[in-house]
Amino acid sequence: MNEAVNESTAFSPRRVGAMVLRYWYLLRSSWPRLLEMIYWPAVQMLTWGFLQAYVAENAGFFARTGAIFIGAVLLWDILFRGQLGFSVSFLEEMWARNLGNIMMSPLRPVEFISALIIMSLVRLAVGMVPVSLLALAFFGFNLYGLGFALVAFFINLMLTAWAVGIFVSGLVLRNGLGAENLAWTIMFIFLPLCCVYYPVAVLPVWLQPIAWALPPTYVFEGMRALMIDHVFRLDLMLQALALNVVLFGAGVAAFLMLLESARRNGALMQTGE
Amino acid sequence: MPARLHMCGMPSATTEAAAETAIEPAIAVENLVKAYKTATAVDGITFSLPRGSVTGLLGGNGAGKTTTIAMIMGLVTPSSGRVRVLGAQMPRQRYRVLHRMNFESPYVDMPMRLTVRQNLTVFGRLYAVENLSVQIDRLAADLELTDLLDRPAGKLSSGQKTRVGLAKALINDPEVLLLDEPTASLDPDTADWVRGRLETYRKSRGATILLASHNMNEVERLCDRVIIMKRGRIEDDDTPADLLTRYGRANLEDVFLDVARGRNGAREGDAREAAP
Repeated sequence: MNEAVNESTAFSPRRVGAMVLRYWYLLRSSWPRLLEMIYWPAVQMLTWGFLQAYVAENAGFFARTGAIFIGAVLLWDILFRGQLGFSVSFLEEMWARNLGNIMMSPLRPVEFISALIIMSLVRLAVGMVPVSLLALAFFGFNLYGLGFALVAFFINLMLTAWAVGIFVSGLVLRNGLGAENLAWTIMFIFLPLCCVYYPVAVLPVWLQPIAWALPPTYVFEGMRALMIDHVFRLDLMLQALALNVVLFGAGVAAFLMLLESARRNGALMQTGE
Repeated sequence: MPARLHMCGMPSATTEAAAETAIEPAIAVENLVKAYKTATAVDGITFSLPRGSVTGLLGGNGAGKTTTIAMIMGLVTPSSGRVRVLGAQMPRQRYRVLHRMNFESPYVDMPMRLTVRQNLTVFGRLYAVENLSVQIDRLAADLELTDLLDRPAGKLSSGQKTRVGLAKALINDPEVLLLDEPTASLDPDTADWVRGRLETYRKSRGATILLASHNMNEVERLCDRVIIMKRGRIEDDDTPADLLTRYGRANLEDVFLDVARGRNGAREGDAREAAP
C-alpha cells in the first residue's frame, strides 16, 4: 500500500511517458498533423529566403551580413512552434473531450506539463529539422553551423515558448475553448517587441525597456551580433536565461492557479466553449 | 418513516493511517456545498458509503448529481463541507487515492484517433497497472472487445464506446468506481449487458460503486441503496425496497416522480432535518 501511495504521489516518469505515448500515437495516426508542422515553417523560410536573396544582390550591406533574415526566421519559428507544439498538444485533450479522464487520473499537473514539454520538442523536431535542411539546400544557410551559440539560442527560446505555452494552457483550462485563439496568436505580440528582424535601437526609446524585458530580444540581438560582428554575446544569453527562469516560474505558477480556479468554477467538467 | 442518512465521523489528517481501517467508509460526504455565482448546485448534502456497497444517485436534470460526483473525484472544489474517499480528503489529498479510483461518464470521451488498445495502454500506464498487456487482454475478453482492440475509438458505435469506457474505468481494478449515467444512450439490450458486467465486477472485486442515473430499472437492479437529489439537496435516502414500501409504489420510477413533483408531502426536507 505504501509503495502504491508513493508511486502515486511522487513525480512519475512512467506517467509522463504514458502521456508522451498518447501524443505520439496521435501524431503517428494523422498525416495532416505532421504536414501542418512542416508546412508553415517551410513557407515562411522560403519566402524570407528568396527575399533575402533578392536584397543581397542589390544591397551591399545585406550582402555582407549574410543570412540574417533566414536565421531570424528559423529562430522565430523555434520560438513560435515551440509554444504552439506545447499548446496544441494540450488543446488535443480539449478537442477530444479527454481532459476529465486526464484530470481524474493520477497524473499530476507537473507531469502533464513535462509531457507537453517533451511533445513540443518532438513536434518542433518534426517541423524544423526538415526546414533547416531546406534552408541549407536552397540558400546555403547552415543553422547547425552556429554551433554552441545555437544551443544557447535554442534553450532560451524554448524556455520562453514553454512559459507562454503553459500560461496559455492555463487560460484555456480556466476559460474553455473560447480562449483557444490565444494559443495561435499570443506569440505574435512578441514579434515586433522582440526585434526579430531589426535591432532594438530601431524601436522608440520608450519601447526599448519593454523589449529588453522579453528574453527572446536577447537571443535575436545575440544572433545579429554573431552574424554581423562574428561575436558570441554570452552576457546576452545569461541575461535571457535569468529572465526565462523568472518567466517560466511565473508561467507554472499561473497554470497552477488557473487550474485551481478551474476546479473552483467547475470548468474541468465543461471543457467546451 | 424518516429518511435514512448515513453519518460518519471525519478523522483528522493526523489520523490518516488509522483511517484506512475497515470501518472507514469508502466515501464520506459531510455538509457538502457547491455554490456558483448564479446558482447553488449542491446544497449541504451528507452521506457515507460503506465499502462494497452500490449506491444510486437519482435526480432530475440540475439536481446536482454530476457536481456531487465531480467533487468526490476532486474535479470540482467544494464551496464548503468535506469529502473523503478511502480516507483521503478530496481534493487536497487526491493523489493519495486516485490510483485506487476510476470513473466513467458520457460527458468525457477517449481520444478518437487512438485505437482501443492504445487508449487502454495509455490509461493503464497512467494508473501504473502491472502486467498491462495481460490486463488489457483480460478486460477485452470480459467486455467482448477483443475484436475491437485495434480499431480507432472514434469509429465505434455508442454501445462499443460505452464498453471501451467501462474497460478504461476498470483498467486499474478500482476499489471505488464512480459512474455517471453509464448506460445513457444505449439500447436496452446493451444497457442490460453493461449492468450485468457491473454486477459481476462488484461481486468479484468488492468494489464500492456510486452510480448517477436517470434509469430507474438500472438503479433498482444494481443498487442496494438509493439517494434521491432535488435542487442540490437530498430528498430521500433508503434501500429500493423500503422506498417502494414507504411511497406505496410498485417501481422506483413512480417514487422518483413523486419526489420530483413534490408529492412526497411531509417527507420533503426530511434529509436536511436529519443532518447535523
